[in-house]
Amino acid sequence: MTNPRPVLPDFEYIHPETAKEAVIFLKSHPHDARPFLGGTDCFNSIRDRKISVKYLVDLKGLVGFDQLTFDTKKGLTIGAAVGMNRLIASEDVQRVYPLIAEAAREVGSYQLRTRATLVGNLCNASPCGDTISPCLLYEGMVQIIGSGEQRTILLADFILGPGKTVLTAGEIVSAIHLPLPPLGAQSAYRSIGRNALGDLAIAASAVLGFPDRSAHSSYRFRIALAAVAPTVIFVPMAQELLAAGPIDEEMLDKAAAIAGEACKPISDIRASADYRRDMVITLTRTALETVWGALNRKSKNGA
Amino acid sequence: MAVHTTQLTVNGRKETVDVPASMTLLRMLREKLALTGTKNGCEAGECGACTVLLDGEPVNSCIVLAVECDGHEVYTVEGLTENGALEKLQEAFIDKNAIQCGFCTPGMLISAYALLQRNPHPSEEAIQEALVGNLCRCTGYQRIITAVSEASVSGRRDS
Repeated sequence: MTNPRPVLPDFEYIHPETAKEAVIFLKSHPHDARPFLGGTDCFNSIRDRKISVKYLVDLKGLVGFDQLTFDTKKGLTIGAAVGMNRLIASEDVQRVYPLIAEAAREVGSYQLRTRATLVGNLCNASPCGDTISPCLLYEGMVQIIGSGEQRTILLADFILGPGKTVLTAGEIVSAIHLPLPPLGAQSAYRSIGRNALGDLAIAASAVLGFPDRSAHSSYRFRIALAAVAPTVIFVPMAQELLAAGPIDEEMLDKAAAIAGEACKPISDIRASADYRRDMVITLTRTALETVWGALNRKSKNGA
Repeated sequence: MAVHTTQLTVNGRKETVDVPASMTLLRMLREKLALTGTKNGCEAGECGACTVLLDGEPVNSCIVLAVECDGHEVYTVEGLTENGALEKLQEAFIDKNAIQCGFCTPGMLISAYALLQRNPHPSEEAIQEALVGNLCRCTGYQRIITAVSEASVSGRRDS
């Protein structure tokens, strides 16, 4: 909490009228301009002199950036300036994309989430970014505006490493689009911090499961782990195991153990690597249990 | 360095303030408008002592730029009083001894006020969740939670 240099250093505030204007400005200042949305992360980095900027470019006012739209055929589009609290309160998000609401609630505090944005969370590309794994499981597509054609890429290809994305100078993210989840999908997000609420994740596991007749077990699962590798990671071996089946308690144990083996945690101020690995196994096991239970109940009720 | 003429409404009053780009809303309130009820704790968005309402939603004013508030509406703890009568929430804090050193109190009041606006009858769990971003080093929180709960039952004071 003690901050020896609390005052923000001088910079200029740029408030572009259009995305084109923002892109041109950012491209012409590749080393000393930085775009921002809620600023919940970047102001602290600037204040702590972890990054230095001459120009801060505010993207919040750009047309369409505050749009949150749901279409029953196409899915959900979350504009870059949509705050986390708005997502949590959205009935469409709660009903169709519950993992997003669940994970967003883990981010900081209520007043932080007023300003914090999901797209900002993705662009920060923190290994412990809570909302990254749900967006990965929903196969999110990142919409990027640059000086050339707009491009859309899979979120899985967007994040390259801690704090690193494919964005080049002059490129900004306007939105993330989440297609409709597979029919009958069930999900669970389990995370642990030093406190029950309000802390960064020590480890987190997100699981999405859905019926799929093409799988031997008749179900497919997607599993993503956060805060235990340089980026949020999938666990393909566990996913394949569960698709092969048959799914029972022992199989869920095995899948969770594979998640533990797949992660590459570090020891830091919040937890040791060993503790993180143990927690990944426990969190993944409980998330799998929840999802498998829900899938079973649904199939019995439907029968 | 450019100075931005920022027009905003603070506690219902129109204000025009010249601010450098790097001045936070917190510092503008305290240093330009002398609204020192909003406290400067961590200046990192962690402690919540600087919580104010921006367009009706609580924010950490230490991580909002003053210039971003151009055209917007801000409420601080000073704005919670109506014609000198204490907002019921403030009275509940006094009645339930929810204040010790008082440094966290303005932020607590704003977060709790915003909670009661969106959920007039919150459970204890909902109160705890709403106050996660407001740290208190004195009270142990229980009296604060009791006060918010009390205010939610009794509602706004008639005056």
